[in-house]
This record gives sequence, C-alpha cells and structure tokens, in this order.
Amino acid sequence: MPELASERPLTLAILAMGGQGGGVLADWIVAVAEAGGWHAQSTSVPGVAQRTGATLYYIEMLPPRGLEVPVFALMPTPGDVDVVLAAELMEAGRSILRGLATPDRTLIVTSTHRAYAVAEKEKAGEAIGDPRIVNAAVGVSARRVIAFDMEAVAKAFGTAVSAPILGALAGSGALPFERAAFEAVIGAGGKGVAASLNGFAAGFELASTNELPAARIQPEPMVAQLPATLGHAALDRSLERIRALPPVLHAMALAGLKRVTDFQDAAYGNEYIERLLGLYRRDCEVDGNAKSFAFSLAAAKYLAKAMAYDDVIGVADLKTRSQRFARIAADMNAASGQPMYLTEFMHPRAEELVSLLPERWGRRVMANVKLMARLDRWFNRSRKVETATIRGFLQLYAVAGLRTRRRTLLRHAVERAHMEHWLALTTQHLDCNYGLATGILSAHRLIKGYSDTHARGASKFDRVLSAVPLLASRDDAGQWMTRLISAALKDEDGKALDGALETIRSL
Amino acid sequence: MAERSFAREVEDLRLGAGEEFRGEGILAITKALLQCGVAYVGGYQGAPISHLMDVLSDASDYMAELGVHFETSASEATAAAMLSASVMYPIRGAVTWKSTAGTNVASDALSNLSSGGVTGGAVIVIGEDYGEGSSIMQERSHAFAMKSQIWLADPRPNLPSMVHIVEKAFDLSEASNTPVMVEVRIRACHVHGRFMAKDNRRPAYTLKQALENPLRDVGRIVLPPASFAHEKLKVEKRWPAAVQFIKDHKLNEVFGPEDESIGIILQGGMYNGVIRGLQQLGLSDAYGNSKIPLSVLNFTYPLVDSEILSFCAGKSAVLIVEEGQPEFIEQAVNTILRRADVQTRISGKDVLPMAGEYTAGVMQKGLIGFLEKRAPRLLGNRPPLPDPSPVLNSPEVKALAEAVPPRPPGFCTGCPERPIFAAMKLVEKELGPHHVSADIGCHLFSILPPFNIGATTMGYGLGPAAASAFNVKADKRVISVMGDGGFWHNGLASSVGNAVFNKHDGVMLIVDNFYSAATGGQDILSSRASNPKRKTNNSIVNAVKGIGATWVRQIDRTYNVAEMCDTLREALTTKEPGPKIIVASSECMLNKQRREKPRMDKAEQDGERIVRQRFGVDEDICTGDHACIRLSGCPSLTIKHTGDPLRDDPVATIDQSCVACGNCGDVADAAVLCPSFYRADVIRNANRWDRFKMKLRRAVITWLQKRRESRRIIFERSVG
Repeated sequence: MPELASERPLTLAILAMGGQGGGVLADWIVAVAEAGGWHAQSTSVPGVAQRTGATLYYIEMLPPRGLEVPVFALMPTPGDVDVVLAAELMEAGRSILRGLATPDRTLIVTSTHRAYAVAEKEKAGEAIGDPRIVNAAVGVSARRVIAFDMEAVAKAFGTAVSAPILGALAGSGALPFERAAFEAVIGAGGKGVAASLNGFAAGFELASTNELPAARIQPEPMVAQLPATLGHAALDRSLERIRALPPVLHAMALAGLKRVTDFQDAAYGNEYIERLLGLYRRDCEVDGNAKSFAFSLAAAKYLAKAMAYDDVIGVADLKTRSQRFARIAADMNAASGQPMYLTEFMHPRAEELVSLLPERWGRRVMANVKLMARLDRWFNRSRKVETATIRGFLQLYAVAGLRTRRRTLLRHAVERAHMEHWLALTTQHLDCNYGLATGILSAHRLIKGYSDTHARGASKFDRVLSAVPLLASRDDAGQWMTRLISAALKDEDGKALDGALETIRSL
Repeated sequence: MAERSFAREVEDLRLGAGEEFRGEGILAITKALLQCGVAYVGGYQGAPISHLMDVLSDASDYMAELGVHFETSASEATAAAMLSASVMYPIRGAVTWKSTAGTNVASDALSNLSSGGVTGGAVIVIGEDYGEGSSIMQERSHAFAMKSQIWLADPRPNLPSMVHIVEKAFDLSEASNTPVMVEVRIRACHVHGRFMAKDNRRPAYTLKQALENPLRDVGRIVLPPASFAHEKLKVEKRWPAAVQFIKDHKLNEVFGPEDESIGIILQGGMYNGVIRGLQQLGLSDAYGNSKIPLSVLNFTYPLVDSEILSFCAGKSAVLIVEEGQPEFIEQAVNTILRRADVQTRISGKDVLPMAGEYTAGVMQKGLIGFLEKRAPRLLGNRPPLPDPSPVLNSPEVKALAEAVPPRPPGFCTGCPERPIFAAMKLVEKELGPHHVSADIGCHLFSILPPFNIGATTMGYGLGPAAASAFNVKADKRVISVMGDGGFWHNGLASSVGNAVFNKHDGVMLIVDNFYSAATGGQDILSSRASNPKRKTNNSIVNAVKGIGATWVRQIDRTYNVAEMCDTLREALTTKEPGPKIIVASSECMLNKQRREKPRMDKAEQDGERIVRQRFGVDEDICTGDHACIRLSGCPSLTIKHTGDPLRDDPVATIDQSCVACGNCGDVADAAVLCPSFYRADVIRNANRWDRFKMKLRRAVITWLQKRRESRRIIFERSVG
C-alpha cells in the first residue's frame, strides 16, 4: 500500500448568531480557496438555530495533490482548529468552551461587540456576562488574536459583519491567498458589493489590532473633574461646598446636584447638598474616612434618586424638551427638511391622576374607594400622545408645567415621608453599624419604574428593610444587605429574596 | 415564497454532461433525481431537506419543460402515498422529508407501498435529523426499513458518492420491486462539494401515458390473501434480489489493505469521521489511504451476508461503527458470523457510545478503545492527539461557563408571534397559570425564556389533540397552541375536528403567520400571497367553521396586545360550550422584510414619499427594570449602559434593527409598564403639505420649549 501522505487540512470554525450571515462568510472562504485551486469543504447544522440562536459553520481545505481527492471531516475536532471566526464576543467564548481554540495553533478572529442574550437582558438588574473573562480565556487558548468591534465597522460601511471578518482573516495571512482573491469573490456576489468591499478593506487594515475589552462595561462611569462654575450663580455655592468634600465624593455629588436641580430647581438642588452635607458630617463622626466614606457615597447617589423621583410631571417634562427632539432626530438621522413625528405610549391610572392633586384633596380622594374606582374606569386607558403635533405637545407641556407647584402635590408628600423615614432609619444605625446603614441607603436601588413596576420595587425595598432589625447586631450586616439587594433583583416576584430572608431569620 | 431565492441553484439543475456542479449536498441529490429520469417529485419541507423542495418549486418552469411533476405535499403521509404512482407503472418517482419525524407520519402509506411493492423506481430521500442541530427526538430511520422491508442507503457524505447512490437506488428499487430510502444526515445535506454532472433525463414512461392506459392488479392490493403473499414475496423474492443487486454493482465499498488482521465495518455516513479519526492515530492520511481495512456500507439494509463473511474471514476482530441506537447492524453481523461459525470478535457499542452523535472526539475514543483491546501494536508510538483538555481545565476557561450565556433559537426581530405570548403571559398574571399544550413550529420557542409557556409537544398539528384528555369540568381551561403549518398538515382533522366532535371545552390558539415559517417560509393553503402555481388564500377561520366550530375569533393584527389579552380572557371565561378557537394572524416578519425592505429602499431612492418608523426608549425615563424585555425577548430590544453615575442598572434600548412592529409600545401599554417607549416616524421625500405642517408645528413647539427652558436650569441627562 502507498506511504501515508503527511498533509493535514487547514481548518476553520465560524461561530455566529442566526441571521448574522455566517453562511455567506463560509461560502466566501470556500470560494476563495477553490479559486486558488484548493480543495475546500464547508458544513453547518443550521436547523432552527437560523432563528437568532448560536450557529457553527466548519470549513476544511487542502492544496491540490495530483488527482487525489481529500476526505474532509464534517465537524471540527476539539484541539484541531487553525482559525476561529467569531461574529460576537461571547461566541468567541463559546468556541473556547467547545475546545475549538488551543494555544499551539488557533488564531481567534472575533468581534468585540456584544449582542446580549435573553438570559442577560431579562434580569431586573445588571446581569451581563463579564467580557474580561472572555479576554482572559482567549489569553490562554489562542496562539494569536484579532479583536475589534467588527459590528461597528460593518455599520460604518453599511454592510454585514461578515465583510470585516473576512477582511481581518485576509489581513491575518492565515490563508495563503492574495487580498485580490478575496476581493474578487466578494465582487462576484450580488448586491451590496461596494459596501462589502469597503467593510472588507477596513477589516483588512485592522488585522493586527487586539481590542478585547479590559473593562466590564463601556463606557465606565466617569470620574468628574469639578468644573469652575455650573454657569448659574444660584448653584455655584453648592459647587464650592462639593469641592470642600473629599474627592471620592465629587463625581457623585455633582451628578446628584445636577439631577435634582434639573428635576426641580436650584433651591431644590441646594437643599440636596444641604442634606448631603448633614449625612457627610455624621459619616465623619463615625470615622467614615477609614471606610473611604462609603456611607456618604451611597448617600450622594440615592439621596439624589429619592429627591428626583420618577413621576408623571418628570416624564412629561423630559418628553417635551428640545434636547430630546434633537437627540431622536439625530438617532433617526432625520434631516431638518424631513418631518418627524413622535408617538408616546402612556397608560396613566387613577393613582397617577390623583398624585397630581394638592396633597389634602389628593388624600381625600385616595381615601374614597368608590370614587377611585370610578376615576379608574373613566381615566385608566392607553393614551398614545403625538408629541410633535401642537395638540399632543400641549397636553404633555401642561402636565410638565405643574413642576413649579410640584412640592405642594400629593406625590411629593408621599415621596417625602418615605424618604424621611428611610433617612431616619439609616442614620439611626450609622453609629453602631456602618455597613448596615450604608446597605439601607443602597436598598433604594430597588425602587424603580412606574405604576405596577414601581409598586413591586417598593415592596421589595420594604421586604429588604424588614431584615434590618435582624441584622442590627451583626458585623457582616453590610454584606447581608448587598446579598439581599442582588437577590431582590434576581427575579420578578422576589422568590430569591424570600429565600435570602429565610436564611437571615434562621441565623 | 420560500425564505430565500434559489434562482442560481435552479441554473445548476440545468448542468449537462461534463460540467461540474458545485454546491450543497442536498442540491446535488436534487440534481441526481433529474439525471435519473424521475416523472414526479413530492415531499414535505423541513430541515435538513427543505432546500430540495425550495429549489424544485423555484424551478417549476424547468420541471415542466423536462416533463417532471413536482408538488409540495400536504404532509409526509401524502408524499409517501404519492409513490403509489410507481406501483403499477414503470414510472420513477421520488419524495423527501425530515426523518424520523416525517417517516413517523408517512409510515402508514410506506407499509402499504412496500407490501404491494413497486414497478417503477421509488426513492425516498430522508434527511436524518440526528445529533447537533437536530430539532426532533433522537431516533433511527433504520427501524422503519427493517419493519417494512424498505431498503436503506447511507452513502458516504461526499457529493459524487451521494449522487451515485441515488442513481443506483432507482435501479435497485426496480430490480427488487421495493422502495428505497436514501438517508442523508444534516451535515451531509449542507456539505459544500462538487461532482461531474450528467445530462438530465426525461421520464421514459410518463404520468400522462399511465393515466391514458390504466392498469390494475388485485394482487398488489393489501387485502387477504394478497397481503400474505406479499410477505412471502418480500423475503423470498425481493430481499434476495436486492442483495444480489447490491453485490453485483459493488454498492458497498472496501478500502485498505487485505492482509490486516483487524478491520472496521461502518455506515457510509460515518466514513469521513472514521478516516479523520484514523488519520489522527497515524493510520490513514487525508486522502483516505487507510492502513486498516474498511468495509463501507453504502447500503445498511439489507446487509449482504457474503460480503460481511468475506470481510471478516481471517480477521481476529472487527469494529462496527454504527451511529444511534439500538445497534441493529452489530446484532445482524453477529448473527451472520454465528450462522457461518466464523470466530471473528465483534466490537461496537462496547467501545462506542450507544446514544448520541459520533462526534470527532467520540470517534477518536472509540477507535483507540478498539485498537487497545484488539491490536495495540497498530497504535505504534502513539503520536500526540489533538487535545483541548489542558485549555478546558484551566481556571480561565472554567470561568467562561459562568460568563457565556446560552443562546437558543428564538423569535426573530418583529416576530408577530411574540405579542401573542406576551398577551398569554399578561393574562396568566390575572387568571393564574394554565396547562398549555404546545405544537411544532416557531411558536414552540415560547417554551424558552422570557416566556416560559408550554408544557408538552406531541407532534406536528397535535397541540390541541394533546389537550383532548383535559376535557372535564374544572376552574381552569386547557390552552393549546398550533401553527398554521401544523393546522394544514393534520391539525384540522386530528386536533380541531376531534375537539369539535368531542365538545372539547379548551381554548385553541392557532398561530397564522401566512407561511410554514420554521421550515423556511414555504407557502401553505392559507398563505396570503397569490401564488400562480398554487391555490392560496384559503381561510383557516372558514375551515374550522366548516367542520363545526362555533366559538371562533379572528385577530388580524397580533401586535394589538390589548385585543389579544381581551380575546384570550373571553375564551378562558366564556360559558359557551365546545372549543374556543382563536386564529391570530400576522405575517412572518422575516418574510415580510425580505419583500418590503428592498421595496422601501427603492421607493426612497426614486424620491417617493415614504415613512420610516422605528421604536425607541427614552433612557432618561427608563429605570432599568427590564420588565419590557421579560415580556418580549426581541433581539432589537436590548440593554445599554449609560455613563450616568447615579444609575446602577443598564437601561433598555432599541437598536437599528427595529422594524417598528409595534410590539414594544403595545406591551408597555397593555401591561401598564412605563412611559419610556416612543415611536418615531420620519417622512422621507416629504411633499409641500408635509413641510408646511412641519414648519407650523415646529414654530409653535420650539417657541414653547424656548419659553420654558429659558426660565429654568437644565442639564443634559444621561451621558451614554
């Protein structure tokens, strides 16, 4: 029998999400190889994965050898792959988990952009996969890596992500084919050739970049340099008072001041700083310096959110601002000559209506169950407001106008009471349990949303605070509060939270 | 209209002798059918053989030219029954479907067909949907071949072999009066390769001739006494004839040296995997030159005893590489050797797993296991094997398991089925959870997050049938879901008819997206597009009323979540007896966009007035609770981190891919979620009147904005 030939095929795996054009990319690569006289084979198992699921395409190729026809495998052997092409960051991670990348030989070409999976998006809080873990894994599993935001490049040239990926592959020199060969294949394609070629070229140029994310999220919260002035004499005194605070608090306090002022007015903003300083002084008394003022930092953040609560007036205010109209026009790239109309999807209930009444009336109406029911029947329905027409705009404009009287209205009174009770609770525990006090402040994170969502958040907030008496005497109360808060964010009905509370009761 | 156009592939079907075909395996098989002179082709679409159907329906003009009748069968049972045209007449025909799901549906007709036997070549191309990428239960088609005495081909997964075997399958079918199944696995269907084409052949005997010269032979009909004669015929005539034919035409292949003391018997479909495994062990090269004798079964049923015996003769041990369970071939080979008193030891499922796909890693382990047991010397100095385990065991990679999210298939951007399940979830919040009987189709994605709706799925068009037991007085009603595809496949009779007849008290939700969407968007009876070759636009509502349903509601815009909710609530609470049938209709967005997007772009370029719509989220108003996402899961509705230090959680955002289906707004409204959603409409190529209104409105609005903003302090909010 003949001696065995030593050639082994060049192997490539493409990991993409359904609809990303992994098939097109595979066809291009095979076409390039065949045009170069090579034998090439691609396979895939799309099935229903074509519907946004993770897909894998696999390619093998060999140069010609007489009349012999190679026998190509139909699936990759873990540890036997030369090139991994990933159309999204976590898909690169998936390729590594599947054992497709090994440091002895694998070139990983991956886009650094994220398309979040449902599992990441549906959580009530922040639950995205940490890109730094992928970064680290690539570090130990790839011989070489090419990584940049190929989605952004594709967008910039109005093409699909497969074009810059092919460009990066061509530029990497991993395949023994000339740039022209790749471009010829793209050119032979049907529509969007020019855009694809531009995307390809851009990818080709970037073939030596590695921009794997070094941070968990982009952009990272900025650390503000305090400006010289806020441009409003009324606020600059507060600005100076922030300047007097330890630098660690600057960014948050400034953001808070701006938010609260933007929500109401300068006086309200100054009141925020007033209260913040009060809490900061308490912090100093209990040697917060040693804890790098964690308490004050939490106060700066959540006091601002408590004072600038989410109400109907605020919504109407934000929706009628010139800023917003400009932002959306830019986002829709609507030229000034192009009419743009907006439809807001609102569904106010009787509660929202009554919350706009002066406190005393409001409380009376609230107390009258029959009346509330009637109001709800009459008022509670979907309202699609066309903000860019005069009629629709005036409706919201009028509601936003109530801002000047906001502090006399029922909702404000309710929020006030809630806040005072919350602040009293935290300061009460500050002296003997710093961690617990900080945790009480942080629990405010759970209050979010409108109508039902808001009610659910508020109840979670209350349930978390219900643990305070049980934790008062523990040194690790801080950690427990953190655990409770993240548990509360795990699921909608707070099952995880109930579990955590059980554990605490059993302590 | 299928999901993609096969215009180019249709051209490939016209290739003649001496021209090279380059493309997908399943399309090569399609070409092979035409080279064999088939007179008719039918089938039911489904991965991995959808493309065979799609390309033929796009090629209908050429089919007519060639004298080939093609039709999209109503179900696999219909397709199998279609083969009866080859029973009495020397007409070649082929049908195709996804197996084993489709073979289950077809088996009634298949049993009758194979009992009476065929005159013209009858070939069934089955896409064996097994292993990674499969969307069905993991079973083997092999069992159907054995029980009905249908021959089963399993060609080596390269285009020349697959084409050759298809051609021979027709000859074999005629030589043995038996239908032949040609089994191709998912990867083989989608493999890209080349082969030398032959000229297409017009059918030697046409359907027209048959119709004009009808024949009958009561001996071919499955009724006693013929049915008993059939069984004898099978084992005494057809089986031996088949074995002889396979042997004479060397349809099974033997590779490698003759003087080796061990060998491998394998299914044709396993060939490439075995070669790669041997190559890694230094026992073969990339061109299939193996140091170990290989007996490749391109026909796995029936087996040719003499071939098995001569291959095993003089060998101390033979490995059988047979994917799936149970190990029919291994059992058969053992019997053959026993009967001939050959002492060769047989390995198989002792070193290879009984269940699951034979992936590269599995194959490698199996081969090593066999060689270590029977011929360790062949492993020689054991060259290093590809091995990812050091990487996989590193802490960095272990940590990945936490970070990399699962990414199962789901509803596409703008899918009209999403609001249906959003509505079900909302009604569930009011009336509590219900038992939901699901079906087959895109709508089955409802069982996954974020919807998590659906308890069981019993088969295509059987969703409501699977709920039939739950027809008793209770405080809650059973809800069953069924797609339009399943409805026409067999749901009308098996599910709706059954429910009407038995006065079933449940709620039946029929998801009508105008296509058989999950299989690639093929037209069906109720498709709304006008299709010159088919009669479409047949109303599902009329059909269910036609068989006696009385409580029937039609929803023409599934995106109207509020209406969906109200209708569901009514269906779950009404006093009216009998099935409560809701037909929820909106076009599959994937297909709609394929048609509309180019049209819109062209219109805009041509200066026509068009309105571009997209949804958005006011990130200043969004509080990052993501309740909207838990009711949607739309790919274009995602999250985004703002640079705002006051925010702990990312806000919802809608990316450029939004198709403005309206689901977000309607869900936010129906669920009373939050006021952050808006829809922006931009008028391109606006006319004079548009611009006049705009100027007027802007003037007033801008004045009001300036007036207020000049009297207060405003800071740009989110930085993100």
